[in-house]
Amino acid sequence: MENLDQLRSDVLQRVSESETLEALDGVRVQALGKKGEITGLMKTLGGLDPEARKAAGQALNVVKQEVADAIEQRKAVLEEAALEAKLAEERIDVSLPARPAHVGRMHPISQTMEELVAIFGEMGFSVAQGPHIEDDFHNFTALNIPPEHPARQEFDTFYMNEKEDGSRPVLRTHTSPVQIRTMQNAEPPIRIIAPGRTFRADHDATHSPMFHQIEGLVIDTETNMGHLKGTLIEFCRSYFGVDDLPVRFRPSFFPFTEPSAEVDIGCTREGGQLKIGAGDDWLEILGSGMVHPKVLEACGIDSTKYQGFAFGMGVERIAMLKYGIPDLRTFYESDLRWMKHYGFVPLEMPSMVRGL
Amino acid sequence: MKFTFNWLKEHLDTTASLDEIVEKLSLIGLEVEGVEDKGRELSVFKTCRVREAVQHPNADRLRVCQVESAEGEFQVVCGAPNARTGMVGVFAPVGSYVPGIDLTLKAGELRGEASNGMLVSEREMGLSDEHDGIIDLPADTPVGVPIAEALGFDDPVIEIAITPNRGDCLGVRGVARDLAAAGLGTLKPLKAERAAGAGASAVKWAIGDNAAEDVHYVAGRTFRGVKNGPSPKWLQNRLLAIGLRPISALVDITNYISFDLGRPLHVFDADRLRSDTLTWRKARNDEAFLALDDNSYKLSDTMAVACDGQGAVGIGGIMGGAESGCQDDTTNVFLEVALFDHISVAMTGRKTGIHSDARYRFERIVDPESARWGLDVATQMILDLCGGEASEVVEAGAVPDSSRSIELRPSRIADLCGVELSRERQADILRTLEFTVEDKADLLVAGVPSWRSDVELEACLVEEILRIHGFENIPELPLPRPSYLPHGVLTLAQRRASNVRTALCWQGLDEAVTFSFISAAQASLFGDVPETLKVANPISADLDTMRPSVLPTLLAAAARNTDRGYPDNAIFEVGPQYKGDTPKDQSEVAAGLRSGHLAAAHWDQKARAVDVFDAKGDALAALTAVGAPVENLQVFASAPNYYHPGRSGVLGLGPKNALACFGELHPKVLKGMGIKGPVVAFEVFLDNIPAPKVKKGEASSSKIRPALELAAFQPLKRDFAFVVDADAPAEKLLRAVRGADKALITDVALFDVYQGKGVEEGKKSLALTVTLQPRDHTLTDEEIEAVSQRIIQQAMKSGAVLRG
Repeated sequence: MENLDQLRSDVLQRVSESETLEALDGVRVQALGKKGEITGLMKTLGGLDPEARKAAGQALNVVKQEVADAIEQRKAVLEEAALEAKLAEERIDVSLPARPAHVGRMHPISQTMEELVAIFGEMGFSVAQGPHIEDDFHNFTALNIPPEHPARQEFDTFYMNEKEDGSRPVLRTHTSPVQIRTMQNAEPPIRIIAPGRTFRADHDATHSPMFHQIEGLVIDTETNMGHLKGTLIEFCRSYFGVDDLPVRFRPSFFPFTEPSAEVDIGCTREGGQLKIGAGDDWLEILGSGMVHPKVLEACGIDSTKYQGFAFGMGVERIAMLKYGIPDLRTFYESDLRWMKHYGFVPLEMPSMVRGL
Repeated sequence: MKFTFNWLKEHLDTTASLDEIVEKLSLIGLEVEGVEDKGRELSVFKTCRVREAVQHPNADRLRVCQVESAEGEFQVVCGAPNARTGMVGVFAPVGSYVPGIDLTLKAGELRGEASNGMLVSEREMGLSDEHDGIIDLPADTPVGVPIAEALGFDDPVIEIAITPNRGDCLGVRGVARDLAAAGLGTLKPLKAERAAGAGASAVKWAIGDNAAEDVHYVAGRTFRGVKNGPSPKWLQNRLLAIGLRPISALVDITNYISFDLGRPLHVFDADRLRSDTLTWRKARNDEAFLALDDNSYKLSDTMAVACDGQGAVGIGGIMGGAESGCQDDTTNVFLEVALFDHISVAMTGRKTGIHSDARYRFERIVDPESARWGLDVATQMILDLCGGEASEVVEAGAVPDSSRSIELRPSRIADLCGVELSRERQADILRTLEFTVEDKADLLVAGVPSWRSDVELEACLVEEILRIHGFENIPELPLPRPSYLPHGVLTLAQRRASNVRTALCWQGLDEAVTFSFISAAQASLFGDVPETLKVANPISADLDTMRPSVLPTLLAAAARNTDRGYPDNAIFEVGPQYKGDTPKDQSEVAAGLRSGHLAAAHWDQKARAVDVFDAKGDALAALTAVGAPVENLQVFASAPNYYHPGRSGVLGLGPKNALACFGELHPKVLKGMGIKGPVVAFEVFLDNIPAPKVKKGEASSSKIRPALELAAFQPLKRDFAFVVDADAPAEKLLRAVRGADKALITDVALFDVYQGKGVEEGKKSLALTVTLQPRDHTLTDEEIEAVSQRIIQQAMKSGAVLRG
């Protein structure tokens, strides 16, 4: 079977010389197809005696298998080359910009309020809200600010038109009326924060006719000024993220608290740059005190049995301090550039366990 | 309230330093707003002698001076006309910072001559506007004296903020009393002795019946033969230090006593009074009054005025009259020492708009006893500085009795403040504040000094004791937690507001916070504005109306951005809208708008102008975020008329239950707001969203969800095209098709809307893909055919025809 060796090497050479899948398939048909050369030789086996047939058949089968394997291998190589050629063909400029997708930013006031909720929520304060257009009782009288009180002048109150009954609604000058409404409607123990819009007739570089406050109120039978200190020191340190932040309590006056305290935090002002932290200067950020007995009584709470503290601060102010926003007025201008720069990606809600 | 360090020491015997005083003031509630210590600030500048001043060889207007200073001799080139040999001036050495010209000095050369330092003017030192020449001191002034000492302003000025309750600290003496109580020295006794009068007063007091509630008491006396004119230098310097302009000895005395002791006074030129009795009465409406500030005021019948025979000569507690005031040539003076009702003064002050030091003090309640000693102190000072002779004292009314006592349970200090303090210490602190203290069984009974009208109840005594003991000594206690782990603290509405904010940010809109008030004109673009939304005293006409919708302020913001060159707005706000002035008229809305283009042109997609479906998508995203039943919402064409009538809609559960509006805004509104369209907007009425339903038998906190049923069979899709009237809402067809088999049909998607060739005029073709989800067996051809027929029938019932 010398011609078998010849055929084998011929076919294998043709396989290895096939440059396309089509050519390779041609080689396969020529060798192994129904009328192929190897198939033809198989057919001749029938004419041989059994011994010779067995030997020739085995030899032929080896060659047939060898050729089939060679074709498979060549096919894989050619397929790989074809895929590579196709991919090379498909190449595009991936430096082209992606399709635009814009995620909006959350306003610093919202972010700050969420942070405040996270901190005070952890301390067991729930969130209370109330109307912006208030009556005189809730905004002033119940807070121990009678009409002639000099403190009233300091509030620069916006009034609404007088009503038929002679009363004159006010735009709330602080969120304290929410405290009053809460005390009127809930039994102690009370532990709330009241964030929201407030209004004062003042408009300059550091005052806006509308701004936001957050106030806190705790009423029960034993909360004292030590708890007030502990709560506010803890708050200041976690809000500003400064563990050793010095916090100072100074006596002050608010008609609705007695004793009253203003709260300062430590800071430095080197080269006009304000930095929150231990330093040689103080920055006032909070007003606070023990709820005045007259306020408790005005809300129908027995001041001989219950006591507690209240505090309040400006939301914009602490946002400006924490995030380095220089100008109060820009908070309400809705300048797209400002929103992009100072706004927050709405990625995760502030939370004490995740870290503020 | 301003005073100087040395002025304080007139009342306080102390060895404390300025820094100690300043720190303590803040800690006892007298907040220090600033300390101006020129002596310290300018300590590097000292007196020097000009040994020689010669003409600069190369400049006509310059002189070359050899200056002897404490640090040695320097050559200085000086341009001042008064620089001359032998003069004593003030030297600023090289390296010093010169505040008036904001410059740190360097050694240099001026026209070829070395100049090492500077001879300074008052303006260059930031002391005054004086710059005609350099400071020129008396020739006998030694070299090396600090400038502040040489010029007599080395007394530091302290400014403190006085809270409205501390009228007693509107005089330096009150501040000194608090510092003494806090352990920083002792209060010196007040020198006030009644000088015997000679002869009857030329003027007498009377209080008319209608002014008796306004003027409680008034005293006075006449001084004959006084000499007015400039007050002594020390008095002028004190007044200048706290920002008051010296006028004349008599006026300066009243100002000084007002700031020194918190006791306002007034002096009349007795010869200019037109009767021998001054009577307090209510003013007449529209009575004209020329006040000391040279302004004319219209009075009204609620104001108490002092009158001579012809008219008002002073507004009680506020300001005296110009015509009866003391002048440089005044020789006979009538002194007024009065007690006014603080509310009456406050009301009159507010009405007249006069801000005077007297009003400021009377409003905050002047010590009633000061009516007695104030007369004596003023008498002594007038006699000392102006000479003359005092008459007998005249008076009217009575000094009210301010004595009262308050009981303090010593345990209250611990109860209210968490501070353990012995009752002896408590009593001691009250006594240092000049309360009288009586120790009675389990109580301390405190007699309140006349000047502490603010101390009303036990809590006030607690504050006084604690203030002096020091708030720094209050312990820091943790607030006990009501439970081991914190509970959810937000209400459903609060969580929804927070969630809708997050959702709208992810929807691509930036969050804005805008004012609650707008102009009436802008508000009226959004419907009729009731009077109950008008602010009576707006800060400007732009902000005189509470907004009936959140959109006008957002539109104004978008208009501003457009004007800045940023026309593509995508902004929202979660905030209030108002329909009246009662609490229930306020509601929470999530509103937003888009203007210009949705996105800038991109290589693979064209820039597309915003359209109503962007707004609808935003509204639905917001509704989904707050858990509204989005699947069940219907669209109604009843949006408010600030939307485009043909390109807007309401999303609601029924025609009267609107949860949201969306649409293009009306061109008239855009014109009124000054912004070019198109602008699309949405409003989601958060308060209208129903609370999630609670299943029967489950707790409202249950988070259990129904079991998931996964069908084992593949879904199949069938497409249909229907022809409907061109103005028929697509939603009607979609609902009809969905309703054809609620179990089998899981989705109906509208993938094409077509009008034109092949569709009859006035009609449109809607093409749908219906998804069928078999539940328990593969659908047979017959079943599919049956459901298709039902779909077609339902569609026909809704007015649609299967497209042939």
